[in-house]
Amino acid sequence: MTDVVHAEWTKLRTLPGTGWLLLAAAALTAAVGAIAANAVSCPAGGCQLDPAKVSLTGIDLGQAVVAIVAVTVVSGEYSTGMIRVTLAATPRRWRVLAAKAAVAGTVTLAAGAVAVLASILAGSLLLARHGITPTRGYEALSLGDGPVLRAAAGSVLYLTLIALFSLGVAAAVRDSAVAIGVVLALLYLFPIVSGAVASPAWHRHLDQLGPMTAGLYIQATTNLSSLPLTPWQGLGVLAAWAAGAMLAGALLLRFRDA
Amino acid sequence: MTTLAPYRSELQTGRDGFAQLIRAEWTKFRTVRGWVIGMAVAMLLIVGLGALTGANSECGIQLTPTSPSLACPAPPTGPDGGWVTDSFYFVRQPLAGNGSITVRVTSLTGLYSTHGAFTPGQSPTAGMTPGVQPWSKAGIIIKASTRQGAAYAAMMVTGSHGVRMQWDFTHDVAGLAGTVTAASPRWLRLTRSGDTITGYDSADGAHWTRVGTATLAGLPSTAQAGLFAASPPYSVISASFGGSSSTGGPTLATAVFDQLSRQGTWPAARWTGESIQGFTSRAMDRSAQGYRQAAGTFTVSGSGDIAPATDNPDIVKQTLAGTFAGLIAVVVIGVMFITAEYRRGMIRTTFAASPRRGRVLAAKATVLAAVTFAAGLVAVAVTIPLGERLLHENGNPIPPVSPLTWLQVVAGTAALLAVAAVFGLAVGTLLRRSAGAVTAVIAGIVLPYLLAVAPGVLPAGAELWLVRVTPAAAFAVQQTVQQYPQVTADYTPRNGYFPLAPWAGFAVLCAWTALALVLAVFLLRRRDA
Repeated sequence: MTDVVHAEWTKLRTLPGTGWLLLAAAALTAAVGAIAANAVSCPAGGCQLDPAKVSLTGIDLGQAVVAIVAVTVVSGEYSTGMIRVTLAATPRRWRVLAAKAAVAGTVTLAAGAVAVLASILAGSLLLARHGITPTRGYEALSLGDGPVLRAAAGSVLYLTLIALFSLGVAAAVRDSAVAIGVVLALLYLFPIVSGAVASPAWHRHLDQLGPMTAGLYIQATTNLSSLPLTPWQGLGVLAAWAAGAMLAGALLLRFRDA
Repeated sequence: MTTLAPYRSELQTGRDGFAQLIRAEWTKFRTVRGWVIGMAVAMLLIVGLGALTGANSECGIQLTPTSPSLACPAPPTGPDGGWVTDSFYFVRQPLAGNGSITVRVTSLTGLYSTHGAFTPGQSPTAGMTPGVQPWSKAGIIIKASTRQGAAYAAMMVTGSHGVRMQWDFTHDVAGLAGTVTAASPRWLRLTRSGDTITGYDSADGAHWTRVGTATLAGLPSTAQAGLFAASPPYSVISASFGGSSSTGGPTLATAVFDQLSRQGTWPAARWTGESIQGFTSRAMDRSAQGYRQAAGTFTVSGSGDIAPATDNPDIVKQTLAGTFAGLIAVVVIGVMFITAEYRRGMIRTTFAASPRRGRVLAAKATVLAAVTFAAGLVAVAVTIPLGERLLHENGNPIPPVSPLTWLQVVAGTAALLAVAAVFGLAVGTLLRRSAGAVTAVIAGIVLPYLLAVAPGVLPAGAELWLVRVTPAAAFAVQQTVQQYPQVTADYTPRNGYFPLAPWAGFAVLCAWTALALVLAVFLLRRRDA
């Protein structure tokens, strides 16, 4: 198994795009978070504001770049025909998928940690400049604070789970354009449709079901009782999506010709 | 000995025209099963999600906690067919034929509630804060009848927008500026001549200025004329994240009038006070409204508004929630239309057959746009009536939409899908990698919209910029509600209001697509295939 992981790591490492994409994921996450934090205008502390969630707004965009990395890990091999060499070398196909998941998950974890730390740092500096400080009754934005640490660590896990989810979808669908389309549709469509549905019960159900809406509850640090799920339950929903996608990918990989 | 004639193909020489290129690209498109299925999936997603939102959006009211739920009532309809708010306190007399009414306003004060509607058993004004709303209004009015939505013309003083002349709900003309006080009163006059009503204002009762002239088609010979007061609901839309909340409640405006004079035939002997109020008005209880008459001075208290209705959901847009799903599908197809050629090596055959590369891309864009437009047109034209029907069955009132607006939404949405697919084609040509191109286009169109409409994500103001400069601006073509400066409301993308006009928003997407196409042609010529 170590050899398989090593092989996958070599493949990922030697692709010129991987490094740039991971860098882009971290940079875009931090940049969007900083823009959102800088756009805050709150006269006299009159608004309800979740400093951690604002600083981590960039995850919405960063996850799309992470999805590209994860999808390409599988689909790239199908488009070049490399998959036949890989499967000839490692006929136990689930091992290949597990190794790919380990490698893609690890690099995402690393890039995600950088992205989240940069976002929190930028957020704490910019929000303080706009008067969003604990002295005015807002939640403190430091990693020493329990909920903020949970939001930050949870966001890194969120990105990792998005990578695994995308990997599973790509293994099931094989074509990179279709795979990334399916991933982004499942992420972005739930909140849009839930916004259009007027029935409160359905609105709630859709928010609980959507991988992005539910998963991002992990970023909430204020007003937790108003959420349809607790933060960790929400991340659990995303984990279930990721597990389902990986399982479907593994089964199709196992029983289908490459 | 025989001589062999050299071989000559009997096939005619192929012609190298744009029509042939179009035909070649169309053949490629229709013979790839996945793309045809993808286009069908896009249509099904648009129709299916429209049906899903329609079937799960109930609107109902219960008069008592145990009574069965009734369908939500539709707001009254104004003279031009649009929905209106029409609730105010009216002190009136019939005016037969032509005539005029003149009055002096010496004061406009108000009360507002920050804690919602009043509690039964208490005085309706208990716990209210003194203060007049910017669009609280009081003055003189000539109205076809006391029916809600009937044609009218009015001269009024407002809380902080000076003297205005307004008629038939949507028209608004400014008169004298400044607020009204005992030290600086305002004289108002309305004159009826046939179907024409002219409004005048004056700061001293001697020098009059014409503010505006309204033509109310079909105004009956006997109209209702008199004094009125109205005050729109107070609401603070907290410029916040974490769930947009609007707090507030009904308000009351009280105006003091004197020096009332009339010309023409006024057959009734005395004034009648009446609260014009409907089922859907967010106005104060009738018991709080009223008027007093003493020694030529009238004190009128009223609540509500006489204005176009702006707080109803954009039903047509609601039925089109599936546009986003369809958009993702057509973008994937648009990207694959070029990246598949690179992946399979087909691009070399294509360019060998037609070396003018810009023309190849133009042919691809034409075929893709035409197919997507046709598919989108069918899907949207089916979805809107289907969604509206389901919403209607679930008790939602369906707003009147003019045929021109309907055409704008249907053709605009189909064009939006077509241009988005071409955008995908252009970005696919630039990047030559499907995953990156699909993500770039979807993150460019769908994500800004999502960030702009999702509650609690972006600060107020930032979301307006997102739907102004990013390709997501194009979703303005789906807007059927209209923004009015004389009505205070939460005009944000979340409530269906876009900062750009429909076709201006669409032009933003076209500009992005044109830029991507120009870059794509440039790179296509310079790079090896």
